Amino acid sequence: MKDKIFRFLLFFAAFLILMLSAGIIYALVSRSTVAFQEYGFWNFLVNPEWDPRPATEEYGALSFIVGTLYTAFFALILCVPFSLAVALFNGEYFKGKRVSSVVRSVVDLLAGIPSIVYGLWGFYAVRPLIIELGINAQGFGIFLSSVVLAIMIIPYASSLSTEFISMVPNNLKEGAYSLGATQMEMVQHISLPTATSGIIASYILALGRALGETMAVTMLIGNTDRIPNGLRDTGNTMASVIANQFGEADGIKLSSLIAIGLLLFIITAIINLVAKLVMKRVARA
Amino acid sequence: MENINNIETNPILQLKDVSVSYAPGTHAVKQVTTDIYPNTITAIMGPSGCGKSTLLRAINRLHDLYPNIKTTGEIILKGENVLKIDSMEVRRMAGMVFQQPNPFPTMSIFENVLAGYKLNGIKLKKREKDEIVEQSLKSVALWDEVKDVMSKRGSFLSGGQQQRLCIARTLALKPEILLMDEPTSALDPISTNKIEELLLELKSKFTIIVVTHNMSQAARISDNSMFMYLGELIEHGNTTQMFTKPKNKRTEEYLTGVFG
Amino acid sequence: MSMNKRNGTSVYVRKGRDRLVYWSICVLSFLAMIPLFFILWDVVSKGYKNFNLNLFTEVTPSSMDALLANMNGDPIPGGILNGITGSILIVAMAILFSVPLGLFIGIYLSENRDKRFASIISFLTDLLQGMPSIVVGIIAYAWVVKPLGSYSALAGSVALTIMMLPMIVRSTEETLKMLPRAYKEAGLALGASYTNVVFKILLPSGFGGIFTGILLAISRVMGETAPLMLTALGASVVNWNVLEPTSAIPLLIWDFYNDPNLVDLVWSSSLLLLIVIFVLNWIAKIVARKWKI
Repeated sequence: MKDKIFRFLLFFAAFLILMLSAGIIYALVSRSTVAFQEYGFWNFLVNPEWDPRPATEEYGALSFIVGTLYTAFFALILCVPFSLAVALFNGEYFKGKRVSSVVRSVVDLLAGIPSIVYGLWGFYAVRPLIIELGINAQGFGIFLSSVVLAIMIIPYASSLSTEFISMVPNNLKEGAYSLGATQMEMVQHISLPTATSGIIASYILALGRALGETMAVTMLIGNTDRIPNGLRDTGNTMASVIANQFGEADGIKLSSLIAIGLLLFIITAIINLVAKLVMKRVARA
Repeated sequence: MENINNIETNPILQLKDVSVSYAPGTHAVKQVTTDIYPNTITAIMGPSGCGKSTLLRAINRLHDLYPNIKTTGEIILKGENVLKIDSMEVRRMAGMVFQQPNPFPTMSIFENVLAGYKLNGIKLKKREKDEIVEQSLKSVALWDEVKDVMSKRGSFLSGGQQQRLCIARTLALKPEILLMDEPTSALDPISTNKIEELLLELKSKFTIIVVTHNMSQAARISDNSMFMYLGELIEHGNTTQMFTKPKNKRTEEYLTGVFG
Repeated sequence: MSMNKRNGTSVYVRKGRDRLVYWSICVLSFLAMIPLFFILWDVVSKGYKNFNLNLFTEVTPSSMDALLANMNGDPIPGGILNGITGSILIVAMAILFSVPLGLFIGIYLSENRDKRFASIISFLTDLLQGMPSIVVGIIAYAWVVKPLGSYSALAGSVALTIMMLPMIVRSTEETLKMLPRAYKEAGLALGASYTNVVFKILLPSGFGGIFTGILLAISRVMGETAPLMLTALGASVVNWNVLEPTSAIPLLIWDFYNDPNLVDLVWSSSLLLLIVIFVLNWIAKIVARKWKI
């Protein structure tokens, strides 16, 4: 009897996840409808205006979608050489050696630093560099946020890649060496192609992380509500505009912000789904 | 080692006092000395752990990959000491086929045959590529079976076919000698048979050294044999002679199944 | 040797490239690690000045007091007691909500691997894991702040619970999956009830992995700011009433950052936060190593 109850409780707990997910979607959708009804779904998506002034109130998500894409993709591009190097360092060149566990620990620590501390460091340590490099006058903007964001996602991009690179069978590697390859040639023609799907999955996951990142970006991006004019400009991402303006928002502005939250939710969900599918294909191979 | 082909020919490979150790103080291979003659098949046999694979892998410098392994002595291949010259050159002269067939899964059958060229950065014209692939696959009797599916990945091939593909891949680089590390132990009897026949054919063009734990295989295909036990080369010589009148007691015990 | 005559890149060039790649990988990896040291250096060197007993015993100073202190050249008075107690309150409640629930769900998923329903739940759990923290904040705002009519510690814990849950579910599920089936079968064969087998055999055997997962989940949410901004809001006094706005260490760091008078306090608070997070991670590593199945 006790078992029956217990099993039911287990099932019920699992069922709660279903309820939770449904509840989340419902909460986001129901509160976005005000904005969508007012502006129309498509128009809201492609409208670059974000004007809270009472007389000319008008809200659209485009500026933030663009800002998010700019920061996330630029951060991804910046992080690739470093995270790939770390993955090769740990998964191939120094696999199993002591120095590799040191590098892994450092990368783990990087992953543990909270977003707000990254934001602080970005503001105090990196911003002056950006100003010196002449990227823009105040330092804030897409460039600064992307640089810090790139550092933040290195651990995510490299840890999964490391796994896949280290799982390349010794058999294949010895086969390549026996044909006369150097280590670099073996990596280029055997290891990386074999580990490709896994590496792609890890970068997609890192992208998902970058898309949803809030505090560091909020502190560094400049917080302007328009489409950024290239990487040197300031802007806002979907996450940062919500963080900044949610507190005092109400009415249609609040609904617009929640609608942006819904968009962000959908985008990250799709990205994570794609990553999962890529990994499933790897598992099958 | 007795030269059955031509008394005037020099050995193509000479091992002089070759020793291999995995850890200081212990030796997996102890002072092996022997000659291998061109266009012969030499079988290295012995019970598990006797050092036969270790010895084979010393010849193409695979032990370089593992820094704790030390190889001493001289391995002279076509006049050059293998242990002194550049390992990449050694590996082009001595091709290796492994126990587990290992066609590269991210390459098509066509690309697999040419993998040696790609890895060594050698550019070939299309015509050259086609020629080499056709020639190599024909020499392993795989051409007819795969000529229509060469752009596909090799994973659907049977174990025997995969192994023949790996042999073709090695032959494509036109090595001086072929090192085979238990090439048929992972295969079924029919595939084993096919590969043994293949080796007998290849003998006319290449020199082959086969590590095998199957002494009947050694008896079937080899001209000369080496018997190793606990890292030492106990006896070597003409196969027929070794099997009928072994000179060493240990050899006789192994061949009659007292141990192994 | 016919090979060497072919038109290819010389051995020297190839070896040169090999060395180049080798060193590039070393250099790039080194560069990837440098930010950690810069960040730690900044936080420690700037934070230790204000890192004293006051930090733990006094509440945050008002902007005015800080301004006066700055003008007089005195160190800023006060500490972050309200943040510390707030973090403890919010995270403790989140642990209370998420751990039992997460354990149960993890057990369910590991015991029902082939059921269709389980794979749906598993998929949804992954989805939840990927949710941006600010969106979690919106949800908790909608579910707790709005109905209650005010910001509260409770809302904050609901947000953190949503973030911790997927992590605990995953680590519990993975740990239990790795246990040999023989454990469960032996227990049942002895006539024990399923419930007892789970609680007296499986969970204790998997304690290491499960506990590690919980510790890592805690260390992850300790540093979260965004969801708390929309739910707990913050308070300048120590608050133990779960229905009222409460502070937390990350929230205070955000407040200090935005206030020119209080900004010097960001470093000591960050230092404390980092210490807590790193200690939790370190304990998690030790537990994981000690309890390797």
